[in-house]
Amino acid sequence: MPAVKSLEELKKIREEALKKRDIKTPSAHVQIVVGMGTPGIAAGARDTLKEFLTMIEEKNLTDIVVRQTGNFGMDSVEPVVQVIIDDAKPVTYGKVTPFAARQIMEEHVIGGTIVQANVIPS
Amino acid sequence: MKFFRSHVLVSVDPQCLEMGAHQIVDTLNDELVSSGLIDEIQVLETSRLGDPTRFGPDLVVYPENVHYANLTVDDIPFLVEEHFLKGRVVEKFRAKETVVTDDELGAPKSKEVRIVLRNCGKIDPHNIEEYIAEDGYQALANALTSMTPEQVIDEMMRSGLRGRGGAGFPAAKKWQLCRQVPDFPKYLTCNADEGDPGAFMNRRVLESDPHSVVEGMIIAAYAIGASMGYVYCRAEYPIAVANLNIAIEQAREFGFLGNNIFGTDFSFDLEVRMGAGAFVCGEETALIASIEGKRGEPRPRPPFPAVKGVWGKPTNNNNVETYAVTPQILLKGADWYSSMGTEKSKGTKTFAIAGDVVNTGLIEVPFGLSLREVIFDVGGGIKDNKKFKAIQTGGPMGGCLVEEHLDLPLDYEALTAAGSMMGSGGLIIMDDETCMVDIARFFMEFTQEESCGKCTPCRVGTRRILDILEKICDGKGTLEDIDRLEILCHEVARNSLCGLGQGAPNPVISTLKHFREEYIAHVVDKKCPAKVCRSLIRFEITSPACTGCMVCARNCPVEAITGERRQLHIIDTKTCIRCGICAQVCNFNAVEVLS
Ligand SMILES: Cc1cc2nc3c(=O)[nH]c(=O)nc-3n(C[C@H](O)[C@H](O)[C@H](O)COP(=O)(O)O)c2cc1C
Ligand code: SF4
Ligand code: SF4
Ligand code: SF4
Repeated sequence: MPAVKSLEELKKIREEALKKRDIKTPSAHVQIVVGMGTPGIAAGARDTLKEFLTMIEEKNLTDIVVRQTGNFGMDSVEPVVQVIIDDAKPVTYGKVTPFAARQIMEEHVIGGTIVQANVIPS
Repeated sequence: MKFFRSHVLVSVDPQCLEMGAHQIVDTLNDELVSSGLIDEIQVLETSRLGDPTRFGPDLVVYPENVHYANLTVDDIPFLVEEHFLKGRVVEKFRAKETVVTDDELGAPKSKEVRIVLRNCGKIDPHNIEEYIAEDGYQALANALTSMTPEQVIDEMMRSGLRGRGGAGFPAAKKWQLCRQVPDFPKYLTCNADEGDPGAFMNRRVLESDPHSVVEGMIIAAYAIGASMGYVYCRAEYPIAVANLNIAIEQAREFGFLGNNIFGTDFSFDLEVRMGAGAFVCGEETALIASIEGKRGEPRPRPPFPAVKGVWGKPTNNNNVETYAVTPQILLKGADWYSSMGTEKSKGTKTFAIAGDVVNTGLIEVPFGLSLREVIFDVGGGIKDNKKFKAIQTGGPMGGCLVEEHLDLPLDYEALTAAGSMMGSGGLIIMDDETCMVDIARFFMEFTQEESCGKCTPCRVGTRRILDILEKICDGKGTLEDIDRLEILCHEVARNSLCGLGQGAPNPVISTLKHFREEYIAHVVDKKCPAKVCRSLIRFEITSPACTGCMVCARNCPVEAITGERRQLHIIDTKTCIRCGICAQVCNFNAVEVLS
């Protein structure tokens, strides 16, 4: 760490530090959880995950967290994705192809309407 | 904007670097590239995560907040595959966390304003970046790059900040005096001795926000022209010492300590000195002697430390809180600070509330709140629905205040005028079951024990005062004893060398003033109205409350209780040692205390 020599340099460090603080205190109101067990990955969960990330960047969405988890235990309907908005009951989707991911993003996460066709009833 | 679903903060603390933290960062990046995850996961370096000696090298993955510790380069491919590709936490690499709970400092209570305590419990005291995120070191940068030392002193003067260690001397005035002495080098000391029983305001700041003290000291050093500083911290505060040392090291690493700070020609460094533990070492001349490696004994003032302090050179000494609040004042301005408080006591003050209130613990309130508000609003009132009797302010050398003082504003002048003092911020609240003679005896026992013995009035006087108080509590006092007590108190206060002896009689003087009738009850009627002093009370079992269950008899340590099952029990007062156990164990409230 080279010595800080000016107020400007300090401010830059502060910006970085603020960013790290935000990383440490994730308070997203939308959570997207992608199942990444072996069956999930085999069924293309990586592409699904990437599609979510691409869309977040495209649409410049904030306040959103994409997490992955192990196996949801629903091999026949992989890739499985859970969408949790605020305190609402999590909605679990099956067979989430990149195309379905796009739909879920647009209709459910942004639009607020659940994509019934892919919902796995709990 | 680039979106990362996950961030990895890797500690690059100097100790972690030595253990290969940079290689871990490189390997991590390589692995993320080769598994095609580099667009999704960002690796960042941070100053420190956990204790490197326990956890290093370590990293934390967000948003999951999983702490992986003691990693080697060979662990990384597996970690990337499992955690980042497959989303499975790798338990075997996880740090064994110690759970930190914070029952000392809850959420701010109503009427609290947290300035000194603003970062406590919120930031990681081991990570300088978290302090910087909360505007840390910005006041220092401003001061050094765009203010002259005189301007810093002016601004602090206008803020009205007074020393928080006890006497309440205006901080900037002390800085100015020291600046004006034409002798070099100059030194700076921070008084972190905090010896008042029950006080822990300073400890909390040192443990939870050490950088605020470090930054405040650098600013003060710039204002004064000091080149070296010492934090004198009591050895009973190992965490405070450890956190301070970490903070000082990090400040050096960032160039906030050392040569040519912020590229200017101002240089300053800091060191922690551990106190030997004697209460009197908190007195500034004793503190200075102790820093020099001599016996921690006070010496007469003048010369004041501003003229002759550490190594005989001009020295500025302030309390932890005085320094800790300084950066905030410079950052937000003197007007902001002086808008809080009363005419002569500006800003906020931390207090440790103890005793018979519902919410004991640490608080920070603006000056000017009434004692009533502090006790009943912030403190939540007296415990167990009992009645308020008195409040001791100013620690063992302070005095007690009573009902009639409850609407006094909490400020330096008002407390002094009422016969007590602000001190460093200990508040002990007492309910109506407290014996004030016993309280006076308790504080006297403390100061008598802590008297360094250098001067006779204090050494002999405190012993005499204590003897008389013990005699009175023992039921052997006379009216003449009360008169002698009064004379002695004034002699000791007037003739002692340092604040300890000068202040030691205060609890006696103030209890004599407000509760003289309690003293008289002890010596004339041989009664302790609060039923506390053992020699003056007796225990009696009453009918019909007593069911004859025999529990008391079984628990009495001296077998003073006799009685048949289901018959009224009787205490033999000659054998009874008045331990009170019978009253505690009786489920039927049949044991009465009489005086
Ligand atoms: C017996 C005795 C103990 C003291 N203990 C402390 C202490 O623990 N902390 C402290 O800051 N000041 C203590 N003081 C007051 C210091 O002598 C000194 O006034 C103070 O550190 C100055 O700092 P301030 O101007 O920031 O208040 C004590 C004074 C006496 C007489
Ligand atoms: S007043 Fe007491 S503590 Fe202070 S120097 Fe004298 S003997 Fe020591
Ligand atoms: S414990 Fe209470 S009720 Fe039982 S014998 Fe003793 S005084 Fe009586
Ligand atoms: S006060 Fe103690 S010693 Fe006296 S009777 Fe009760 S238990 Fe026994």
